[in-house]
Amino acid sequence: MSVKQNLALQPAEAVSPALLAVPPSPSTGPSAPTPRRRRLPANFAHYLVRTGALVMAVLLWHLAASNDFNLLLNFENIPTPVVVGEALLVQLASQEFYLHIGYSLERIAIAYGMAVVLGVMLGVLMGRSRWAEDIILPYIELLRPIPAVAWIPLAILMLPSEQSSIIFITFLGALFPVVLNTVHGVEQTPDVLVRAARSLGASKRAILWHVVIPGAMPSIVAGLAIGMGVAWFSLLAGEIISGQYGIGYFTWTSYTLIQYPQIIIGMLTIGGLGTLCTLLVRKACTPLLRWQAKGGRP
Amino acid sequence: MNSAVSDNRLAVLDHSRQRAQAETSGRGHIRVQDVHIEFDHNGGKRAAVQNAQLEIKPGEFVCLLGPSGCGKSTLLNAIAGFVQPSRGSLSIDGLAVTEPGPDRGMVFQQHSLFPWKTVRDNVAFGPLMAGVGRNEAMSVARTFLSLVGLAAFEDAYPSTLSGGMQQRVGIARALANYPSVLLMDEPFGALDAQTRIMMQENLLQIWREFRNTLVFVTHDIDEAVFLSDRIVVMSASPGRIIADIKVALPRPREQSMLTSPEFIALKRQCMDLIRQETLCAFQQQNQVG
Repeated sequence: MSVKQNLALQPAEAVSPALLAVPPSPSTGPSAPTPRRRRLPANFAHYLVRTGALVMAVLLWHLAASNDFNLLLNFENIPTPVVVGEALLVQLASQEFYLHIGYSLERIAIAYGMAVVLGVMLGVLMGRSRWAEDIILPYIELLRPIPAVAWIPLAILMLPSEQSSIIFITFLGALFPVVLNTVHGVEQTPDVLVRAARSLGASKRAILWHVVIPGAMPSIVAGLAIGMGVAWFSLLAGEIISGQYGIGYFTWTSYTLIQYPQIIIGMLTIGGLGTLCTLLVRKACTPLLRWQAKGGRP
Repeated sequence: MNSAVSDNRLAVLDHSRQRAQAETSGRGHIRVQDVHIEFDHNGGKRAAVQNAQLEIKPGEFVCLLGPSGCGKSTLLNAIAGFVQPSRGSLSIDGLAVTEPGPDRGMVFQQHSLFPWKTVRDNVAFGPLMAGVGRNEAMSVARTFLSLVGLAAFEDAYPSTLSGGMQQRVGIARALANYPSVLLMDEPFGALDAQTRIMMQENLLQIWREFRNTLVFVTHDIDEAVFLSDRIVVMSASPGRIIADIKVALPRPREQSMLTSPEFIALKRQCMDLIRQETLCAFQQQNQVG
């Protein structure tokens, strides 16, 4: 069974070992091994270039910071990568650093979880019902352009604790991309598939579950990934202004305490965690998109 | 060789064949009476089908033939229950058609499989919706997949199959509900010529076993003559039925018949009718333009 599946799903992979098994003759020799010889190094080369690009940036940073470069950008007060690296080691050994990270992750988990559940539900509702879309869309259009920072005063006034204000702001940030992408995906359901399902005896609910939602899934997953990015973005805004813990708080306090290496550590931690979380979302959703044609990026 | 393989396949399907014959025999009587179908068009109404009068007996294979845009697909969609006629009545076995239902299997032109379901889950969808258990739905799906020769691909996703294979899955999916009527909307229109002929022969073998009433929309005259018992020719927009031609070629149909005098005579008859209609359609378009 698995062999058949492989044959059906991965013609390229299934064929290339067979080609390689043929002893290299003058005619097949040059052409047959090319797929393998080229594929692996190609991927490897990509990562090499990516790593190189990052190393280049660190190198430029080092040169600019150690030579007190000051033209448009001022590097006089910026610590060198080596100093930052040393400070990072100190932070990694301290418990408080992990407490900051833990608080941020907890807020993300709660806020993002709520945004995903509510966002997908609202999105499906709006995508399926003209009425729901007409009622909800104006709110979304009006509220979406308001940046997270602008919500802070109102959130503090309306919500009982700092923790809940930060979670609320994070939730709002993640909500909009999830809703809008879900609506987009649901509205793109091909009519022929709905008709096929109806002629096979599917009820409205079955159509929603078997046709509309799976069809919208690529768009929903894109929304989930974007939403995770925006969630971090909004979380930081909330943590900078208020709170006692969190990686955003850590970054901002370092500035007020003139601990410049810590600012950079905070920023890089945010970048790393955001990337990691988005990657996790994409990985978690991959099984849902297994059906998409090979070669297309999930 | 090809038919020997198919016979073997069909022997395995004895049970479902018996069930299909029991469920469909004497059923699938389609009656179309004075049907008008209109669409909204630039604020006004535009007739797609006019005065359609048609009776199709149980187990009959009827082709709706006409130039593109003549409303033959619209009429098929009305029988399927997707489109409501603005006047007249449509019934299957005396029951008025009000909505789509599993008694009328539908095969679309292309891209109608659920891409996120495996081939097997696509075919099992109808039985599952009918409320049979998961295990039985799966076994029904396997049975019908072997009927169309795709048992080996049950775990594949549709996007990995060729167009012809996808259409065979579509046929298996429509048959898995044991429909008394099978409606096909230019099912082979997007396939290359060689594949199309294979698909036509395959369809005739299946139909010989199941004896559903079959309504097949096409603009391909050869296809219509080769497949059907009757050809209903429709005029250019608005669609009216202008001829109802009996195809008396013997069955089983074979490719050698494509060059027989009877075949050519029928083909000529259809060609003349279609040519006139296509010319009419061109003139209409020129007047509009």
